[in-house]
Order: sequence, then structure tokens, then C-alpha cells
Amino acid sequence: MEDRPPVVIGAGPAGSRAAATLAAAGLAPIVVDEAPASGGQIYRRAPAGFTRPYRTLYGFEAAKARRLHEAFDGIKGSIDYRPETLVWDLKHGALHCLFDGRSREVPYRDVILAPGARDRIIPFPGWTLPGVYTLGGAQIALKYQGCAIGTRIVFMGTGPLLYLVARQYAQAGVEIAAVLDTAPFAAKRRALPGLLRGGSTFAKGLWCVAALRSSGIMIANGIRSVAADAKDATVSTLRYRDAAGTEQRLACDAIGFGFGLSSETQLADLAEIPFSFDPIQQQFLPERDIAGRTPVPGVYLAGDGGGIAGADAAEVGGERAALALLEDRGHEVDKPHVAALERALCRISGFRVALEAAFPFPADIAAGMPDETILCRCEGVTAGEFRRAAGALGAGEINRAKAFSRCGMGRCQGRVCGPAAAAVLAAALDLPLERVGRLRGQPPVKPIPMAVVI
Amino acid sequence: MPMEAPQFHRIAERDRALVRFVIDRRSCEALAGDTLLTALLTNGRQVRSSEFGDGPRAGLCLMGACQDCWVDLEDGSRLRACTTFVAEGMRIVTRSGADDGR
Repeated sequence: MEDRPPVVIGAGPAGSRAAATLAAAGLAPIVVDEAPASGGQIYRRAPAGFTRPYRTLYGFEAAKARRLHEAFDGIKGSIDYRPETLVWDLKHGALHCLFDGRSREVPYRDVILAPGARDRIIPFPGWTLPGVYTLGGAQIALKYQGCAIGTRIVFMGTGPLLYLVARQYAQAGVEIAAVLDTAPFAAKRRALPGLLRGGSTFAKGLWCVAALRSSGIMIANGIRSVAADAKDATVSTLRYRDAAGTEQRLACDAIGFGFGLSSETQLADLAEIPFSFDPIQQQFLPERDIAGRTPVPGVYLAGDGGGIAGADAAEVGGERAALALLEDRGHEVDKPHVAALERALCRISGFRVALEAAFPFPADIAAGMPDETILCRCEGVTAGEFRRAAGALGAGEINRAKAFSRCGMGRCQGRVCGPAAAAVLAAALDLPLERVGRLRGQPPVKPIPMAVVI
Repeated sequence: MPMEAPQFHRIAERDRALVRFVIDRRSCEALAGDTLLTALLTNGRQVRSSEFGDGPRAGLCLMGACQDCWVDLEDGSRLRACTTFVAEGMRIVTRSGADDGR
């Protein structure tokens, strides 16, 4: 038991750094990752046979991507690395891992969860049409597959990724119909002092916006009431109201959209980490301290899975969590270095607060979603049906509303609809968001073949 | 069968080996290293039909989170298209019988 290797779940910036830190201390962690190669989403590696250089794939972050990949490649031979493996359950000191159609139980004593994040979305009429993708999805098509999601694209939503993805598409020569931001210009102006603390990260963001403007791409702030229309069962038009309240229409054959990121928290839930509501991210998050320790002994949390802070914070947090694990196992750690890591995490979190203020999650858009909008695309549940669960059927919190409506019960387990569904429910019940609760994680956290569990 | 208009358009990394596969009994071509989702969407616009009758679906997140792009194979098995690489000879079914009148 004492010698049981620590487990790291996820091989993105947080998981890679955690694994490298454990390996440097002479341990041989088990690293389980769903992807075929390390890097996570932000530093996702191109498939074999692709030839674009780091500079093209990762832009400003090329050096960081290369360093992270090299750090992981350097320890690959001395750790127990298990790519293409899904952790679908975690309980009583054992992980349930699916690889190549077969499930295996992996006992653990200490585990670092580094599951990352996904796009936070708000459904709108027409969002299930072919041609509508998340911003992260649009970026993966371009970087990982060398494809554009369409030939004339509208990027819509809010957050730094909106401008980054639009810029990457523009640079690749794809026509962009417009960049539509739900955040009002005033919010960005107010957040400016805090944003300036972001230093080079903020400068890169500004550069992105300036580059888009100078290529003549329309950028609109404070937009509302988005809906997509179809021709031949594919998106053909995006309608919206501009900041002045005038309805606008844009012809397009694809839409990339997203409203910041949402933490991947299912495994933390199954590990029985308590959750509390984070007013900045407007989401329930698993509790952890700055070192990544959770209230559950032996369970650590690093990176965006514990709260959105971005890739740089994830690298630092991954290292810090691994050092916490080592400290708890009785290893000596370099105390001044630990203090420096924690100072870096504090600095980044200050910048994140400003980012959330500049690009706020537009809960009013979710709350005001038209009744006929498909809210849960897995189960085909409309916003109207979900509101009925709250109103006529009397569901006072989100798990009850899920049971009554099937919203959030489908194959994605509420990953996609969850944040918007909570906002719809809160508005329907006239409660603050934190009072409607959160969708509980359930195993399997992603679909697995029936044959695996029977 | 006629070529269908693609949703995804290749703009880089075109110099890869051809992979032949089948969509709804139509012979199609993809490139080695394409995910099944890319292979389907560079040859058309549909990945599957919604079980709830609200029309065609073609994925959403491309990162294995939304589970929207699980596709049927002719042999009855299912694959998540965005996290599976296309392979020579795959036979995919994107339209159920009910869609044929579309």
C-alpha cells in the first residue's frame, strides 16, 4: 500500500506538470488520459503525419507547448502512461478505467485530478443544426485537423477564446462574417485596471482584437437574442439584436460559439469532494486549497477542473499539487519554491477575476431563452418543457427538474446544457443561481459499452 | 450517388495518404489522420439523425465532451466520431430509413 504509485488523471498542462514533478522525486506515477497524446486541449498535438510547425499550431504559445510536450516525453519511459483510457468511475480507492473496450480496476492511494475544462455554452434556436460548433471545437478542427468548420463563419459568444479562435481562422484565410460579443463594451472598460495586471496575456488579447479589426472584420459588442436559421438542414443565417436593439442578419454556413469555459467536475464529485458555489465563475466547484489539497485525504485537484484559470495556472497548479502529495507522503520539498508557485497562482487568479468581469457569463440570455429552444440536445428537451418541470411540476432544484424533464440525463450528463439549464431554472423559480443546486455526477461519466458493466 | 456539399473544408495538411471508406453505401475518401468526424464532414453535412425527430446532427464540441457525434456502423457497432480515427473500409450509416424521404 505504501508503495502504491500515485495516479494522475489527465495529461494536459496540469497533469503533465504533476507527473513530471512526481517523476523528478523518484516516483513512477500512473498517468491516465483519454487522449492519444499528452498536451490536453490547449496544447493538443497533431496526429502522426501532420507537418505544420509549432509556430503555426500554437502561435504565441509555441514555446510553452513545446516545453510541456518535451517535459512529458522526457518522463514517458519512467512512468506508467496509459493514453486513450477513460476513467469512468472512481470510488472506494479504485478507478475504473476503460481501454480498448475493456474495463480495469486500478486501486489508488493518492490521486491528482487534472480533468480540464470544456466550452460553456448557451443554447439558442437552431444550435443543433449542422454547422454550429463550440469555439473550442472550431479551434480543434483548424489546429488538429487542418479544416475550417465552414466557408463563411460567424463567431459569437464572449471571452478571450472568441477573439483567439476568430484570429486563428482569419490568419488561415477563412472568411469571417463577424465576431459578435455578448459582453457590453462598458464591462471591458470597467475591467481595464484589472486586465492590465495580466501583462503579456492581456497584450496578446489586445493584439488579437486589433488584428481582427485591421483586417476589416466586424466586431460587435453587447449583442443579444441570437437565433440561427437553416437552409437544406444546414445553418444559413444568424439573426441577432445589436447593442442598439436593432435586429441584424448575417449570412453564414457555420457558427462557432461559446461563453467562456466550464470546469469538468464529474470525477471530483464521485471522489466525494464537497462543492461550493463560486460567484466569479458562476458555477459550483469542488473545494481545494491553493496547494491543490481537497478535503478528501489523498485526493488533489489541479488546473481548470478546479476552477478556470488557464493553461499557465494549470502548469503551476499541477506542480504545486504534486509537491503537496509529496509533502503528505513525507518527502522533503523546496519551501521557497513552493511559496513562489503559490504567489504565481495568486497573481493569475487576480487577472482571472478581471477577465470574468470583462466577459461576463450572460445569464440573462440563458434565462430568457425562447420556450421552443432545444435546451438539452441529448434528450431533445426544450426550454419550455424544462420550465414546466419547475412551474407546474414544482421542481425546486436542478436534480428534481432533471428527473421530471430528462434535461441533463442524456449521454453528455449535463456537461453541455448544465450551466444554461441552471440559469433557466433559477429565473423560472426567481432564485439566485446558487440556490438551484448543481447536477450530481453519475458513473459512468461518459458512455461506455454495456458489455463492460454486466 | 451525387457528391454532397461538405461542411468542413480542408485548408492545410492535405499531403497525407488516402483512406477509402463508405458513408450510407456511398464510396468516399478521407486522409490518414482524419477523425471519423472530419472524414464525414468533408464528405457531407450529417453525422446522424436526432432520435427525437428534430433533424440531422453533426457534432458540437469535437473534444469528446458532448457525445453528440456517436455514429452507427453497418455492423451495428457505434463509435464516437470526434475521437476515433477513420480507417480503411469503415462503413458508416448516418441516415436511418425514416430520413430517406427528406
